[in-house]
Formats: sequence, structure tokens, C-alpha cells
Amino acid sequence: MNVLGYRLTLTALIGWLIILVCVGSAVLAPWIAPHDPNAPLGQRWEAPSAEHWFGLDQIGRDMFSRMLYGGRISITLAFLATCLAFAVGVVAGFAAALLGRWVDVALSRIADVILSMPILMSALIVISAVGSSAAVLILTIGLLYAVIVFRVARAVAMNIVVLEYVEAARLRGEGLFWVILREILPNALPPLAAEFGLRFSFAFLFVASLSFLGLGVQPPDADWGSMVKESALAIPAGLAAPLYPAAAIALLTIGVNMVVDWLLSLHSRPHGDNA
Amino acid sequence: MAETATKTQLLDVRNLRIEAVAESGARVTLVDDVSFTLNPGEVLGLIGESGAGKSTIGLSTLVYARSGCQITGGQIVFRGHVLRELGIEARQSLRGAKVAYIAQSAAAAFNPAHTLYDQVCEVALQHGVMNASQARVEAVRLFRELDLPNPETFGNRYPHQVSGGQLQRAMAAMAMIAKPDLLVFDEPTTALDVTTQVEVLASFKKLIRDHGTAALYITHDLAVVAQVADRIMVLRHGKMVEEGAATQILQQPRMDYTRMLVAERVAAQASTFVAPHGSSAQPILATRDVVASYRSGPRVIDNVSIELMRGDTLAVVGESGSGKSTLARVIVGLLPRQEGDVLFNGESLPPRLESRSKEQHRRIQMIYQMPDVALNPRQTLLDIIGRPIAFYFNKSRREVRARVEELMRQIDLPLDYISRRPGELSGGQKQRVCIARALAAEPDVIICDEVTSALDPLVADEILRLLRRIQDQTGVGYLFITHDLGTVRRIANKVAVMYKGQMVAYGATQQVFNPPYHPYTELLLSSVPEIRSDWLDEVLRKRRKVVR
Repeated sequence: MNVLGYRLTLTALIGWLIILVCVGSAVLAPWIAPHDPNAPLGQRWEAPSAEHWFGLDQIGRDMFSRMLYGGRISITLAFLATCLAFAVGVVAGFAAALLGRWVDVALSRIADVILSMPILMSALIVISAVGSSAAVLILTIGLLYAVIVFRVARAVAMNIVVLEYVEAARLRGEGLFWVILREILPNALPPLAAEFGLRFSFAFLFVASLSFLGLGVQPPDADWGSMVKESALAIPAGLAAPLYPAAAIALLTIGVNMVVDWLLSLHSRPHGDNA
Repeated sequence: MAETATKTQLLDVRNLRIEAVAESGARVTLVDDVSFTLNPGEVLGLIGESGAGKSTIGLSTLVYARSGCQITGGQIVFRGHVLRELGIEARQSLRGAKVAYIAQSAAAAFNPAHTLYDQVCEVALQHGVMNASQARVEAVRLFRELDLPNPETFGNRYPHQVSGGQLQRAMAAMAMIAKPDLLVFDEPTTALDVTTQVEVLASFKKLIRDHGTAALYITHDLAVVAQVADRIMVLRHGKMVEEGAATQILQQPRMDYTRMLVAERVAAQASTFVAPHGSSAQPILATRDVVASYRSGPRVIDNVSIELMRGDTLAVVGESGSGKSTLARVIVGLLPRQEGDVLFNGESLPPRLESRSKEQHRRIQMIYQMPDVALNPRQTLLDIIGRPIAFYFNKSRREVRARVEELMRQIDLPLDYISRRPGELSGGQKQRVCIARALAAEPDVIICDEVTSALDPLVADEILRLLRRIQDQTGVGYLFITHDLGTVRRIANKVAVMYKGQMVAYGATQQVFNPPYHPYTELLLSSVPEIRSDWLDEVLRKRRKVVR
């Protein structure tokens, strides 16, 4: 099957479908959610029924509705954080590769220092100091991930800046941003697109981890990570409640990775070959 | 394979057909209905441009096809054995032992972690032809035959400790150690400098003659094959064009294509030169005692002074490592000079690229060796050629397009290519686009860095003609960097010969390429293979006399 001239594999198709369902349900949550996500509607831990598909949570709220709204928050936070990581990381990485010398040395050493500490640890310190809010979460995760994106972008650009078309643009007297945006970026797009997908699924897990630790999304709002935490009490009781948000996290991560694999396979295909 | 060869034929290839099979199932024929025979001790030269199927045929004699390729038709009979019917084990006992292969790049063929002895002797040990001590004795004998220095200890060295020419000869020793009946030489001297090529070629020729080994000699250079081959087969697009005795092909080619190849090679030996234009008052580009090096390393160019007049072509010639490309980088400012001066139209140019004005950038343009990497694969020809116009002259989109079309007419590209990307063009067409991009800036000087080296001879010839035509029309000056003296003869009216960073000869081509020569220029000139089959012997005889 061909889409936009690219051959779509079965795994890629499944991956895209998963992403479409998750993102679609998040966007449409206010219209498709059967109940108010924050209103108690009955007994705690009520079993799934026709009325409440996934049952009720520990204070009697509808799990299914909370999942829809929770996905909305998780996905938005992860997406915005990833966008920020790329905006900062790609520009810095390309500039380091292109300018070399002290710019490269300075940026690379800063990256080394930041990455010398586990990212989760850095995030915990920042958030516990500043306090948690959507903006803080996005900024913290985005900037920490920008360091990782910087390394990837720098490595990708290193292979491109040595090519003579970049040299030709420099000899022409083109400015830094023209070279980055017009000569390097279009040729770096396939590996960076794959990295974007990968980074997104990590950011998404990161938000979930922070929420699980109690530093992410604050009650009564739900995201999938905090829902796993809240319903964790139900595990000893042998209830399935925590499995729904956990499964949703796993599903979206797997879907994104399927698409990433496909993007990478497109990139590794020999190009410019008409034989 | 212990049978005694009663038949005279060593190798009989019949109606060979090799196809590339794409993932989608599409098939492309690489070699189509090629037949030839080879007698013991005979050397057959395979000649053709890139994509002619020469290497594919060479590998097929080892019943090997590159990944994605398949031998789909015909027969290969070697000493009475039908090779395509052999099983995997029988094929392996053939490879290296009976048929051996010598590749273009020895540097890529040797494992850097093992000594030359280990790698040269490996084949013989693998096939159980001899034991370790016998193999060493044989290796030393081959090293001596191949004129390698200190043959007794040469094998103790690692690949990085010997020169490119020596490594290429070590590969020949590796191929010969199991005493094969057939050697396949695949462009074995193409990557070498001309002065090295002469020595390596001489060693190969002696080796083949003394051992009476049959060989397939694959090359794109008619003059090289003229020195070693008894018979020559000309190939084009996977089909045989003609086959015959070497002297017949070289002196009385029957087919038009062969005639073109021979004519092109003879033109490279021409002794009529383009005279320089009268020395007008001021050179458009000049360097004065320029010195440059990479970081704190040794001087890569040392006190080089050249002058290029408007409308002239100055060739900078030299072998790899002579500093000729570095000179170009210094002139454009990619590598800041340490001493001396670079003058454009009498004015000193800032050493660093970043400190130069837009106008200074515009007036010196550059064309590269590899058009594949000189063009952004994601841009269309309109983007590529149009950018300098928009950038330097602030033209509207419509004006840019009109000018791009005019330039495309000038370089003989169809106008409907304007929205194509580089991947959809041939090598020669890509190089034309690079020329158009340089012209779009309306420069006074174009620096051509080995612009024809990566192209097939006939295509390269067209590019040279185009460059000369453009020079006549626009009066642009060329600084032509090349290692190929044939190119110099055809295009340059002045020449600078570089050797280890220094300029050893400089002047009108007529004067530099005629006696009295500088000794290095003479060595360089005499090393360029000529199409006469007695050329190599003659050169070696002359050099031996000089040594005595």
C-alpha cells in the first residue's frame, strides 16, 4: 500500500491506527465522554457494566471518562514538551555541527554536564523546588530532552555539513539560518522524524512516571500515570482497574514505536538510486 | 580439480546474462549475452565506461554476483568444469585457489589488524596448498618478484605501514600465492597516482608473464590495458561492442564507439597547446608567497605564487598530497592563509571566508569533483541554479526562472528538467548543473577542483568542451585543479606543477610541457600511459638508463 509515495507496511498501518485512536479520543473527549470525569457516581471500585465500561475508581468516578480526559492531558503535555525539545535541540545541534570550534565545545560540554545526572532526578529536583504545573512540566521535560535531541541532531548534521553542497552555500555567503533550514534540515528530516516519535513516547512515559510519583498532574485532574497510581490500591483486591490506564500507556508507546521503525526503514533505504 | 587440462581453453564464457533484481521484483539486465574465451597465459582486457558491466563479468568468473544481482543465463566453463553447476563447497575451493581477484582499493581489502604475512599466506593455508613455512617462503619470493622493498621483512608490516602502491602489489601477492590459473584485475591501478601506477603496472606485467597466468584485466583506461592485454573486449551498457587483438582494437577499431574511445584517449596526448592571452595589465586572481597548514601541522602549501589573467585557464597539477586542493581552499577562504597574500583584481582578499563581502563571494565560484554531493538532493534544479541569482542580484521569481532557463540552454539541458532533483540526472548532467550554478553568480573566476575526475572519459570530454565554450562566451577565468595531465593539455594555457606543497614549475603550458623540463615535471609527463602497447617497456628502459 502506498501513501504519499511511501510504501506502508502492516506494522506501520497498525501503529498509525493506534495513534489515530488515542489522539482522536483525546481531542474528542468532551463530546464522547459519557460522564463527568471528576464527579462521584456510585460505589468505589464498582465493577465494569454497560453504564460504566471500565467500572468506577477509588472514589466512585467513571474510569472510562477519566481515561479519555487523562489521555488528553498526557498526550498534550508530552507533545508540547517534545516540540520544545526539538526547537531548542535541533537549532543548537545544527549550529554546533556547522560552526564547530568553541561553539561546539561549549554546547557539548554543557550537554555532558546536564546528562551526567539521571534525567528523572534532575526533573524531580526542579519540580519539587518550583512546584508542579502544566507549564513547569513542559518546560522541564522539554529542556532536559533538548539535550538529548541536541546530541542526535549534532551527529546527524555532522554527516551533512561535510558535504559539498553545504560548503557551496557557505562559499556563496549564505547566513547561518539559511544553511540550517534550507540545506541541512531537509536532508536530516527522516532520522529526526524518527527521533521525534521516539522522544515523544519517552516524554509521554516521563509525564506518566512523574504523575505516578505524585509530582506530575495534580488531582482532581487525571492523566494516565496518576490514574495508575490512584488505582494501585486496587491491585491487592484483585481488580482490573489499574490495568486500563497502564494498558493505554503501553499501547500508545508501542504504536508510536511501530511508526518510528517504519520511518527509520524509509531512511535506511538507499536513495537517489534509479537503477 | 586434479585433471590435466587437455583442452587448450582455460575459460569459456557463453551467453552470460546477469540481472539485478529489485525489491519490487523489477529486473534490470546488467550483462547481456556476453561470450568470450581465454587460453592459458592469455590476458584479456575488459574496457568500458562505468555501468558497462566490466566488474560484474569479472566477478562472475568466481561464480559470484554482488548482493541483489544474479547470474540468470549462460554458461561459465573453467578447465572443463561447468561452474554454475558447482555446489557451495566446490565454489569455495575454486575461489582464491584457482581464480583470484585483485580489487581497486587495496586499503579497503586488507584488515588493518593483521600483518601482511598473515593475510597474504591465509589463502594458501585455507586451501591447504602449502604449510605455513612454505607459504612464507613463497610470499617472500612474490614480494621480491613484485619489486617490494626488503622482501624478507616486508610481510611483518601492517597495512598502514606501507604505501598505497606497495599495498596494491601486496594484494597481487595475496592473489598469486595459491598459484591460480586465472587472475581477475579489477581497476587495480585506478586509485594510484600516475608515477606510482607505472611501477605497479610494470610489476603486474612481469608477474603475469613470468608465471604464465591467464588474466582478465578490467579498466576504463585504454592506455593501461594496451600495456598488458593480448586481446581487448569493449563493453557498453552490459553488451559487447567489439572484441579483438589488442593492436587491432587500438589501431583499427571497427565500431564507432571504440573509435570514439580511442580518439578521446589520443586527444589527451595532443601536443598542441592553447596559448595564453597577452599579459594584460593586471591578473584577475593572484597569490603571493602563500603559506598555509592545517592547525599547527607542517606547511601544506609553501610559498606558492600564481597569477590568473582574465579569460585564461591556469591548471594546478600535482599528485595526491601535493597541496593543490588546499590552494583552492586558501583562495576561497575556507582555510585561512598564514602568510602571503591573495589578490583579486589587485585588491587583497581577507583570509577568512566570513570576513569577505557578498560581492567578493560572488566573483569567485567553485565547481567540485563529485557532483553527487555538490548538489542538495532535496532541491530542484530551479532552486539550485536560481538561488545564486536571487541571492546576489535580488531578482523577482519570474526573472530568476527566466535566467535559470537561459542558463539551462547554455549548458544543454532540456528545459523540462527544471523541476527535477539531482537524483534524477546522470553524472555528466549533474556536473552541468554545478557549472550552471557557478555561472548564475556571473563570476570572474571559477575554481574547478578535479571536475572531470569522477566522470567517464567521453562525458568528461563533453564537460571540457562546454567549459571552453563558456570561457569564449563570458571571458571567465578558470583555476583548474587536476591530477590528469591529459585534461591540462586540452584546456590550460598556463600550468603550475605542485609537489609536496611547493610549486616546482610554472609558466605557459607550451613551455612547462616541453624541454627543458623540471625533473619532476618530466617524471610526471613520462608516467602518463600512452596508447602504444610498447609504451611501458620503453619508459622502464629509459628510467633504468637514467639510474645507471
